[in-house]
Amino acid sequence: MTITDKTADVPAPRSGEEKSGRLLDVKDLHVEFHTRDGVVKAVNGVNYSVDAGETLAVLGESGSGKSVTAQAVMGILDMPPGKIPQGEILFRGQDMLKMSNEERRKIRGRKIAMIFQDALSSLNPVLSVGYQLGEMFRVHDGLSRKAAKAKSIELMERVKIPAAKERVNDYPHQFSGGMRQRIMIAMALALEPDLIIADEPTTALDVTVQAQVMDLLAELQREYNMGLILITHDLGVVADVADKIAVMYAGRIVETAPVHELYKRPAHPYTRGLLDSIPRLDQKGHELYAIKGLPPNLLKIPSGCAFNPRCPKATDICRTEVPPLVPVTEQDGAELPGRGSACHFWKETIHG
Amino acid sequence: MPDLTKTSTTDKAAAQDEVVAGAAVSATPAPGKPRSLWGDAWRDLRRNPLFVISALLIVVLLLVAAFPGMFTDANPETGDQAKNFLGKPELGHFFQADWFGYDGTGRSIYARVLFGARNSIVVGVGVTLLVTLFGGLVGMLAGYFGGFWDSLLSRITDVFFGIPFLLGSMVVLNGFTDRTVWVVMGALAFLGWTQIARVMRGAVITTKHADYVVAARALGAGTKRILFRHILPNAVAPVIVVATIALGTYIVAESTLSYLGLGLGGGEISWGGDISDGTQFIRNNPHVLLFPAGMLSITVLAFIMMGDAVREALDPKLR
Amino acid sequence: MGRYVARRLLQMIPVFIGTTLLIFLMVNVLPGDPVRALWGDKPPDPAQVAQIKHDRGLDLPLWEQYLHYMKGLFQGDFGNTIAGNRPILDEITQAFPVSMRLAVMAWSFELVVGITLGVFAGIRRGRIVDNTVTLFTLLVISVPIFVVGLLFQLYMGNEWQWITPTVQDSEDMGQLVVPALVLGMVGLAYVARLTRTSIAENRQADYIRTAVAKGLPKQRIITRHLLRNSLIPVVTYLGTDIGTLMGGAVITEGIFNVTGVGNLLFTSLARREGAVIVGIVTVLVLVYLLASLLVDLLYAVLDPRIRYA
Repeated sequence: MTITDKTADVPAPRSGEEKSGRLLDVKDLHVEFHTRDGVVKAVNGVNYSVDAGETLAVLGESGSGKSVTAQAVMGILDMPPGKIPQGEILFRGQDMLKMSNEERRKIRGRKIAMIFQDALSSLNPVLSVGYQLGEMFRVHDGLSRKAAKAKSIELMERVKIPAAKERVNDYPHQFSGGMRQRIMIAMALALEPDLIIADEPTTALDVTVQAQVMDLLAELQREYNMGLILITHDLGVVADVADKIAVMYAGRIVETAPVHELYKRPAHPYTRGLLDSIPRLDQKGHELYAIKGLPPNLLKIPSGCAFNPRCPKATDICRTEVPPLVPVTEQDGAELPGRGSACHFWKETIHG
Repeated sequence: MPDLTKTSTTDKAAAQDEVVAGAAVSATPAPGKPRSLWGDAWRDLRRNPLFVISALLIVVLLLVAAFPGMFTDANPETGDQAKNFLGKPELGHFFQADWFGYDGTGRSIYARVLFGARNSIVVGVGVTLLVTLFGGLVGMLAGYFGGFWDSLLSRITDVFFGIPFLLGSMVVLNGFTDRTVWVVMGALAFLGWTQIARVMRGAVITTKHADYVVAARALGAGTKRILFRHILPNAVAPVIVVATIALGTYIVAESTLSYLGLGLGGGEISWGGDISDGTQFIRNNPHVLLFPAGMLSITVLAFIMMGDAVREALDPKLR
Repeated sequence: MGRYVARRLLQMIPVFIGTTLLIFLMVNVLPGDPVRALWGDKPPDPAQVAQIKHDRGLDLPLWEQYLHYMKGLFQGDFGNTIAGNRPILDEITQAFPVSMRLAVMAWSFELVVGITLGVFAGIRRGRIVDNTVTLFTLLVISVPIFVVGLLFQLYMGNEWQWITPTVQDSEDMGQLVVPALVLGMVGLAYVARLTRTSIAENRQADYIRTAVAKGLPKQRIITRHLLRNSLIPVVTYLGTDIGTLMGGAVITEGIFNVTGVGNLLFTSLARREGAVIVGIVTVLVLVYLLASLLVDLLYAVLDPRIRYA
């Protein structure tokens, strides 16, 4: 008997496996870069998951590995020098790291799409936006040039670009920053993917435009019921749109929590430091708090907890033993769903 | 949230950048490990086999050019035509007069190849120095002062650039009956300076608008100080690369002119001239031509390889 | 666009005048007397020399000679040769088509082979293909063109007899293939190196990462996204090289006995026919200036960020 699988080119969830319906499940992911100075360990065992319709915010400084993780998920790491020595990236239950290049390519853009930080440099300067949008339909759906252009205009209207019909043949540099980022979003949305990864989508924009773009993204996410991974270092953006947060430091997740709980009661000294360094109006006149020290050198990550040289609470155990990400509970032992902390002293941090 | 490495994360893939920037930030304060453009470049160069090979070759060539007599007893100027006419090379006879055979007048080709190195290298180095000084000056003035001076100097550069290099040199040299090393040098430099001028102008304009130069000016540094302390050291890298490669091409130009009979005259030994003499024996005695040609090619290769290696080391974009 | 072209054409005038003046001075200030050369080794008759000089206007001050020359030039008159008193324009129009053909063939080699090699090397930077191409281009640039020409002639012509050692008929395209290859060799290497560097640099660009993230097939990424951006510096080189190729044909034409501009130039140098040399250089400068204008216009097609107002 032959079963003709019509979706052969797109990996579908295999029956019986991972019925839980996790859209994306990253398990114990490691990424390293082999440079002439040595091996840079950018990601050291990251676990996170996203469901359909859910927004996960990944928070961290530059060099925390948040972008590298996303690029590993997307399959756009430069390998070499990049290398994934360990880990799984399950998309609808299938490990993408075990797929052929061609299989992965077909997922990119169609099933998982990405929005980059700097739309100006991320769009090809010598091709019209209509061409770049239409490419999605022409390559993945085999549409004609004309049909693709019509679809591009539709897309541009969908992301609220005024006079889309007239502007479809314009080039990226002819648009404003906010409009360019809308075009990036439109490109990611083109094929209505299941998951969108947005890597600092508003960092390069004016503050006034940031909110508009973020709102648009959130609105479209609801409409299509997509999973969204939002990579950012801006705590303000996160509070508005995310469902849950993963805080990264030196290539590890140091804390996970539903969004509002994290703000109320951080369970890791690093998160607390981040929250304390937000300038607040009611503390006008006080000196701004800053986490002391510098992000770690990824060539030589400190032993034990990577945060220990900068941590106000560090003791000897922090310098020798790597704290695992453990579930965080109430003082009476009641479960706090979705919460975890990788600190030896999480109890003191959250309850103390 | 503090974002310490933002300024350096613009161009490259975010992944690598984030990593590299992260590494660089923590590496800077570490004592005893200074990292600069030149320091990095030097580290790269030492590990680059192209650089090591070309550097060794150049050292040997410079030695040969300075003391050709150290490597042979044979006289390059005279030969025993009756005895050695077109004598075949004895490839086993290392460093002896007959190693590379004899030419049409019975002179030792090995000796001639050695003594020819001096003229080639003197012309190459001399032209490069002249061109770098003059072209560098023109380019720096045009780039730094801009406006009228830039227009004027750039148009003059265009005029000289418009005349084909080799063709123009032929015209100049054709006017001289006594073509000494100095004449050839002058003729090549006369039209050759435009390339360096253009490169220097571009580099100065780029550097002029760099934030650190603007900052220096804001702090009240004078023109001279800005030009020599801030702009020149940073604009000099591309000039060095172009000059090194150009040195190779000037050696080619000299030998080409000599080959055409318009290069060094008056019995001066030149590889190009020897190759030209060799063409009449090319069918049955190609060695007369091949050894000077090979030596010429190796010399040029050494300088071009050196320039290439330096370029790769100085261009962080290509790391 | 039209205004830009007009402005560029206007800007060319001082460069054109400057270049012709420069070569005119180079030819005339430097020692060497074409009239005297008519007598060869025999002692010339001073009265006759003076007479010829007077007839041809060679006794006038240099600036007057130049003005006369330029005036003639705008009427399409390049002057006459000293020996034989033939119109120089005739000599040039006879020689140029041959060199043009040779140069265009060499240029096509540069374009096709150079870019292809460069693209492969750039995409596979650091791999065997890249190292082979890099080494090949280094060798080609290092071995002077007259050595390459002589070796090709020796082996292809004499040893293996694939070609006739010299070109018998300069009109025959087939016979020009090998000389054109020799002529285009160095340029080919430069094009390959430029393309390689440009491709390797652009490959790291953000928009290439975007193209990968869009799920485009590799071939499409290279041809549609990478190549067009990378070719911009290569176009500059190729544009200005066609003039260089025509001027650089002296050696190739000499070795393979092609009767083109190089040949004409060389004989004119020997006979000290300064006016012919000035004429040749004038035409070459025109070719060069027009080519660089074309390159600038081509930029606008390749890069929409450039707008000509």
